[in-house]
Amino acid sequence: MLEVLSALDFTPFVLSFKLAGLTTLILFILCLPFAWWLSQTKSKSKPIFEAITALPLVLPPSVLGFYILVILSHNSPVGGFFDEYFGIKLVFNFSGLVIASCFYSLPFMVQPLQSGFTSINKNMLEASYIAGKSKTQTILRVALPNMKPAVMTAIIVSFAHTVGEFGVVLMLGGSIPGETKMASVAIYEMVEIMDYTNAHIYSAIMLLISFLVLLAVYIFNQKTRAIGQLR
Amino acid sequence: MIKISIKKELFGSQKEMMLDVDLEIQDGEFLALSGVSGSGKTTLLRILAGFEDAKGVISVDDEIWLDAKTTLPPQKRAIGFVFQDYALFNNMSVLQNLLYVKKDEDLASHLLDITELSELKHRHPNTLSGGQKQRVALCRAMMGEPKLLLMDEPLSALDSKMRTKLQSEILALHKEFETTIIMVSHDPSEIYRLASRVVVLEQGLIVNEGKPKDILLKTSGSQKFSFSGELLDIKKVDVIYVAIVAIGQQLVEVVITQDEAKNLTIGDTVELSTKAFTPMLSSTKQ
Repeated sequence: MLEVLSALDFTPFVLSFKLAGLTTLILFILCLPFAWWLSQTKSKSKPIFEAITALPLVLPPSVLGFYILVILSHNSPVGGFFDEYFGIKLVFNFSGLVIASCFYSLPFMVQPLQSGFTSINKNMLEASYIAGKSKTQTILRVALPNMKPAVMTAIIVSFAHTVGEFGVVLMLGGSIPGETKMASVAIYEMVEIMDYTNAHIYSAIMLLISFLVLLAVYIFNQKTRAIGQLR
Repeated sequence: MIKISIKKELFGSQKEMMLDVDLEIQDGEFLALSGVSGSGKTTLLRILAGFEDAKGVISVDDEIWLDAKTTLPPQKRAIGFVFQDYALFNNMSVLQNLLYVKKDEDLASHLLDITELSELKHRHPNTLSGGQKQRVALCRAMMGEPKLLLMDEPLSALDSKMRTKLQSEILALHKEFETTIIMVSHDPSEIYRLASRVVVLEQGLIVNEGKPKDILLKTSGSQKFSFSGELLDIKKVDVIYVAIVAIGQQLVEVVITQDEAKNLTIGDTVELSTKAFTPMLSSTKQ
């Protein structure tokens, strides 16, 4: 057993977590203003943006992966632009996967943040404006500290969801070891060549990590709620 | 001096109406805004604060807050706002709530002294009672040393004892800082105690304004007292009639004659007044 474990290649896990970490960071920064706008706007175009945001929830990852592949490939204007001016190829490598993951996990970041912002007492925000504070200051110093469970949920669930990504990674990454071969893809390939021992170990590790991550979120949320009541 | 001349279309619960207000407020004046709900009081306050748009002009001393060309954002208006639901920053202590507005520790501790909150300054809002929270909100609103303090039914969520205490504190703050205040209130005793002028809004228009004593005292002629209430029941007891009237939270029995009973219907809004000793009950149906 120990021999099997020591011979295990952990690169796919490291890759998975690197991808998830980067994706979560980028999404958090980009989605914060967007979720704020969604929560405050009275614009009639809001449902359109909400629907687009929720698309990755219902689309098969293969469809999402296919379109992203088409858009990012060097034959398309977007992919061609990056290739020509920056010399960056966006498919079958890590940076392409980061972009694809950002689309794939978008609703998991936007929706908790949006509902967090919506739950903040509007008068509290207005009191901050009257105190002379800008919208950015109000978001950072009043809104975010008063919606910690929502922020926590957004970050952790986006992270966990990206770790669990499979279809999009398969479509866009092409399973290049050390570059785009994530844990989920590695398990798929092990099962394909009937290497059940390693598939079991990899799967068990994934299961355990996922469970611990989710447990941490729920414990944190329970604690912050209890503190809120005590106060 | 604050000059207000604004118009705004409102889509109320019943029908569209036009908020059309012309007001001049002297420096240091304490103005009460009264009127039934939906008459546009809160909207007027929100327009003054810059939360809502309107057509017209608002000028404070020489500064234009609103006209055809400019709309000053709330951040740029020298105002304080006290909300009915306190709206304190729950992530900050009492002192931090005050210092968030302005980093002036001396002013903060002075305000906390006046409102007897010094001992609570490191507590978080969630651990405070309603009355304490509203005092913190009041201090926070004064931190910016506003030219105009707006209060939207600040005391309506508090019990009567706490209300009286806070009224004295508001008066003390008003006396010391000489801030111009506009307060929305339904409570005649509160308006009488605090305000120097009362403006009554109805359907978006000013229908009455003057000294609280002239506007609020309902007695006329030789009446000694007069209350408005709801007629709940009329009972025949031998040869007389007894009317049960609800005045505020209290029920009273009034002896009335057969003639008086004939003219009254249960559910009427009635006025109970007395001249010398005999109470009279008359319908205020229009």
